[in-house]
Amino acid sequence: MRIVLTIAGLTLREAARRRVLRSLAVLTIVLLSLSAWGFSRIDAEFGGLTSGESKFAAALVLNLVMFGLSLIAALGTAFLAGPTVAGEAESGIALAVLARPVRRVWVLLGKWLGLVAFGAGFVAAAGAAQLVIVKVTTGYWPPDPATGLALLAAQTVTLLTLGLLLSTVISPMASGVVAVGLFGATWIAGVVGGLGKALGNESVERIGTVSQMLLPTDGLWRGAMRSFQDPSLLSQFSEAFEGHPFLSADPLHGAYLLWAAVWVALVLAVAGLAFQRRDL
Amino acid sequence: MTSPAVWASGLRKRYGRRQAVDGVTFEVGRGEVVGLLGPNGAGKTTVIKMLLGLVRPDAGEVMLLGRPGTDPGSRARVGYLPELFRYQPWLTAAEVLRLHTRLASTAVPEAEQRECLGLVGLADRAGDRVGGFSKGMQQRLGLAVALVARPELVVLDEPTSALDPIGRADVRDLLLSLRERDVAVLLNSHLIGEVERVCDRVVILDHGRVATSGTLAELLGQRELRLRLEGVTPAAESRMGDHRREGDTFVVPIGDLDEVPDLVAELVKLGVRVHAVEPGRITLEERLLDIIRGGEAA
Repeated sequence: MRIVLTIAGLTLREAARRRVLRSLAVLTIVLLSLSAWGFSRIDAEFGGLTSGESKFAAALVLNLVMFGLSLIAALGTAFLAGPTVAGEAESGIALAVLARPVRRVWVLLGKWLGLVAFGAGFVAAAGAAQLVIVKVTTGYWPPDPATGLALLAAQTVTLLTLGLLLSTVISPMASGVVAVGLFGATWIAGVVGGLGKALGNESVERIGTVSQMLLPTDGLWRGAMRSFQDPSLLSQFSEAFEGHPFLSADPLHGAYLLWAAVWVALVLAVAGLAFQRRDL
Repeated sequence: MTSPAVWASGLRKRYGRRQAVDGVTFEVGRGEVVGLLGPNGAGKTTVIKMLLGLVRPDAGEVMLLGRPGTDPGSRARVGYLPELFRYQPWLTAAEVLRLHTRLASTAVPEAEQRECLGLVGLADRAGDRVGGFSKGMQQRLGLAVALVARPELVVLDEPTSALDPIGRADVRDLLLSLRERDVAVLLNSHLIGEVERVCDRVVILDHGRVATSGTLAELLGQRELRLRLEGVTPAAESRMGDHRREGDTFVVPIGDLDEVPDLVAELVKLGVRVHAVEPGRITLEERLLDIIRGGEAA
């Protein structure tokens, strides 16, 4: 356990000292500032909206900005997860570390834990800041912000676990690119599935369902969106919810959350096996 | 504590169609300094990596300090400087050492860690980030990492490849001080002079196999006599036995220096004019080249 914590601490220090954190901070500040300006305009320009409509607009834009945040978190952690295993193996940093009396699985678990702390910490801090901005500018406060942020963090954890698995088998850059590519593809598949549902086409709808099972990032994201939306909006604007990429009509089932947890554990176990067998 | 520092038996490793290591067996005794020699691609680094669990052998067994190599705990008292030495560029030199003492689960006081940096000439760079270090400094740091957790076995893979002549001399002194402290060392180096000066024993690898191994006295036991002669008759040549000629110098292998006066006297009796007599020893380099060329010819 000591080794796991030592490596987790090392991973966090790496994230803090490398340019990743600074670039993430800059991107986040830009996004938060833009959203603050945008939200203040919603209020100023659309003074004639009913309270329901302005709530709808706020929830919609909030989801949009949160998607931006989750994208930043996904990019950041995927590109941190790549170099942390594949990069260190390539450069030789891993040689001196793994020649110590440590099991590779502990090292991998430590890296995962460090990345989880980093990704979840980022989502919690940036997401909370975003919610405060929305509250101050529009007065809108989501019904279940803690669950929403937790699901966003879970989405980040899912993607970084995939990034970690990829980085045990392919090069650092490739693992980052593939992880982010799959993340994007699953999101698009989710949107396509939503459209299929709106149009009543079952086979198109299945595309979304299958992709959400294969990589749970999109499913978790949809659950997070649901937590950021006021429940009254669904009954008021039910038509708008059909097939909308930034609104979620369906609640997240406990079984799906369980599947996401199992998925993460499985992928981490496979990553551990792959790393254990790898020649350095 | 009679178990050897390293015990490797029948190590094999294949990469694709190339058999990199083919049944390597050897030992490093406690407190012994053993040199691992051989041409490029002989499998030296692969053997070292298999000892340390960095590469999975296809076959064979490893014991480190009396514990099976498959148990990570066997490496608790092992220090390693890889051929490809790189350390976390975002950490300072002192932080790298602290990390390694933690990974080794050895409590080493801060002062002793600093002393270790001083030993490799990095005392005044302890607080600097490794990212700004030259290659030579990184290799010095690597030596400090290998030594910091009070090892009983140190494995050094080309420890002087990035060092200047002064750095090389420092490493030599360091190796000698390790031997005095009874720390076993496995040294892979291309610098044969280095190996010859510090090693008790040498293992020569070629084409993934142990070509030969033994103490320096065993490997270099054969002495030779260089004679500058004039008027050498066929009878004199046959007296010199299995010799070779370099210009007017005859190189004669001899078993013992006591044979020299008799040989010279007999040559003079046979009418040979003797200008110079110079006893010499086959160098490790010549022995290594003999073995490698012999291997190629076979």
